[in-house]
Amino acid sequence: MKGNKAMHIGLALGAVVAAAAAPVPAVAQDYKLGLVTFLSGGAAGPFGIPARNAGELIVDAINAGKVPAPYASKGIAGRTIQPVWVDEAGGPSKQVTEYRALVQKQGVDAVIGYISSGDCLALAPVTEELKKLTIFFDCGTPRVFEERPYTYLFRTGPTALMDSLGAARYILAQNPGVAKVNGINQNYAWGQDSWNDFIASLQKLKPGVQVGTSQMPKIFAGQYSAEISALQLQNAAFIHSSFWGGDMESFVQQGRARGLLDKQVAILTTGETAMFRIPEQIPEGTVIGGRGPYGVFAPDNALNKWFREQYFNRFNTWPTYPSYKMAQAILGLKAAAEKAMAKNPKPAEADVIAALEHLSFEAPSGTVKMAIGKGHQAVQEMVYGRFKLQGGKPAIVNVVRYPAECVNPPDGVTSEQWIKQGFPGAKCN
Amino acid sequence: MFTLTAILVDGTIYASWLFIVAAGLTLVYGVMRILNLAHGSLYAVGAYTAASAITWYLSAGHAPAGSYLVLLAAALAAGTVTGLLIERGVLRLMYGRDEVVMILVTYAVLLILEDVIKLIWGVESYSAYQPYQLLGRLQFGPMTFANYDLALIAVAAAVAIAMWWTLNRTRRGKLLLVVIHDREMSAALGIDVTRVFVVTFLIGGVLGAAAGALTAPVVSVVPGIGVEVIVLAFAVVVIGGLGSVQGALVGSLIVGIARAAAVHLLPEVELFVIYGVMCLVLAVRPAGLFARPAARKI
Repeated sequence: MKGNKAMHIGLALGAVVAAAAAPVPAVAQDYKLGLVTFLSGGAAGPFGIPARNAGELIVDAINAGKVPAPYASKGIAGRTIQPVWVDEAGGPSKQVTEYRALVQKQGVDAVIGYISSGDCLALAPVTEELKKLTIFFDCGTPRVFEERPYTYLFRTGPTALMDSLGAARYILAQNPGVAKVNGINQNYAWGQDSWNDFIASLQKLKPGVQVGTSQMPKIFAGQYSAEISALQLQNAAFIHSSFWGGDMESFVQQGRARGLLDKQVAILTTGETAMFRIPEQIPEGTVIGGRGPYGVFAPDNALNKWFREQYFNRFNTWPTYPSYKMAQAILGLKAAAEKAMAKNPKPAEADVIAALEHLSFEAPSGTVKMAIGKGHQAVQEMVYGRFKLQGGKPAIVNVVRYPAECVNPPDGVTSEQWIKQGFPGAKCN
Repeated sequence: MFTLTAILVDGTIYASWLFIVAAGLTLVYGVMRILNLAHGSLYAVGAYTAASAITWYLSAGHAPAGSYLVLLAAALAAGTVTGLLIERGVLRLMYGRDEVVMILVTYAVLLILEDVIKLIWGVESYSAYQPYQLLGRLQFGPMTFANYDLALIAVAAAVAIAMWWTLNRTRRGKLLLVVIHDREMSAALGIDVTRVFVVTFLIGGVLGAAAGALTAPVVSVVPGIGVEVIVLAFAVVVIGGLGSVQGALVGSLIVGIARAAAVHLLPEVELFVIYGVMCLVLAVRPAGLFARPAARKI
């Protein structure tokens, strides 16, 4: 009797587990979209939440048919978007598990997500294995499409090479006599790649530029007393930093208090996210980047005006670059789906993939061209400027815009090769 | 010459911060045999409370100098309230369990408090830099040091002296040492061990919150700040020997100087050096530098 009871309980539990494991198909008319961004951890505040806010705003507006032209139609290929949000926190292994759950259990039609380069590198081969249309919206490592081609994977945000090369071109234009630079970057893929690409580009553009010191503290270290002393002992014209979020704000606070940033100009490649948060801490003249034509660097077009106004009205703060990049990933998917509808009124995944390859589409940040990575990787222009308080309000002056072809390699050429060869084919005028 | 000075000063500053964090952790372990992973949460709550209190205080137009008092009051309040909640609400129900179980319990508390912090403060960063910049800086050759950082060395020294004095020169401290030495015998001799536990956990909690509050003006306070710090604090107390206050002091100095030396001489190994030192110490003294020999009970 006891044995029978245990068996019944076991069967019941088995049925529950089996039911939970079975894919849940989306309602036919809905487009089930997995959306992954940091909802917790150190990257949530500066990146994850602004991206989620933009995602919610754009999904709601698309479903209501309230996005301006060319996105005025409702839904994706007429299907209402049903978002499924997932937290990116937890590291690459957890994200691979979460991705499998999105595809195999939730049965999503596509996945848009990922801020961390580490997560993107881990997930890229899994997207091919599971054969699911996936769009990386923010992670920057150029390695994704340089190491191998992909069928199901796209990235609608540009790679980090243009941040580094743009910074090198900018400081040479601003200070042609620069002879020595320092660096402080986080000790993981993003920080290492950013510094290596920056210094290699700078030394290619102006041979003989020396490195004072390259500091690589642990991500989320927060305290940089020793690093600041080391930077002070190597007096250089500029300090390159791809720090982001709390690490960037902590470094600026400490560097300002110790006078470091009064003597050496910081190049903050992600500084746009901090300029409205700690404007009184950022010294005037600091070189500010925003990972592309986003936020204060975004062009003056109708989509951008609408996006900024809607975002501010809903969240009482201005959108920063992660918001823009999430918005353009969703809009890119919609643009591809609607292009595919010309051939097939009810486009399948393969139709959307074919349409997204080599697509040019409009976004609040301007025109996005899926120009490299065999049509799977976006390029955009890069913009840098200098921070200034105008009437007590943060502003950017000395803005220089570099065309996409000036800061991104041609298709089929890796970033490393392009730098080593001296940027052949770069069009900067 | 400047590099050597920088290594010593930066190393001591970092060690001071580490010691304030680790002192509470090792004290709680010494008395209660609980490796309190929720110490990271106490640190985080202290940092968030201080950042919020200082921002509120200064935005109300009060004198900036008063922000140091606000910082201390925030640490005291955050440490006392959170410490009491953890000890009375969770730990007292678990006393007598295996040490491994207690680690899991405090880990659960850490995760819960991480979410509570997000519910209260959200995921945005908090910045209360004014007390850090108010004290100015000291020029030394091409380098400058923030006076706030130098003052942190004095605070850590004061904490170390106060702990040594209390443990070795006061009646209550000696009672604490008795409990550390043999909990069962202490109870048999009439010492109110439960009360000692509560007081010890509160002191540990306030020290953790104070470390967070003192750090709040230096860094941007962000989610996860407590998780980051507990790993470092754990390395320090393991090097020094679990439960030993002087071990925490020496462990902090070793880690602080080693890290500063790496930053100045070989930045590529900065990430590795702390754990490299820990492995080296444990290879020679598996129980840490100041671990007491365990008496065999019959």
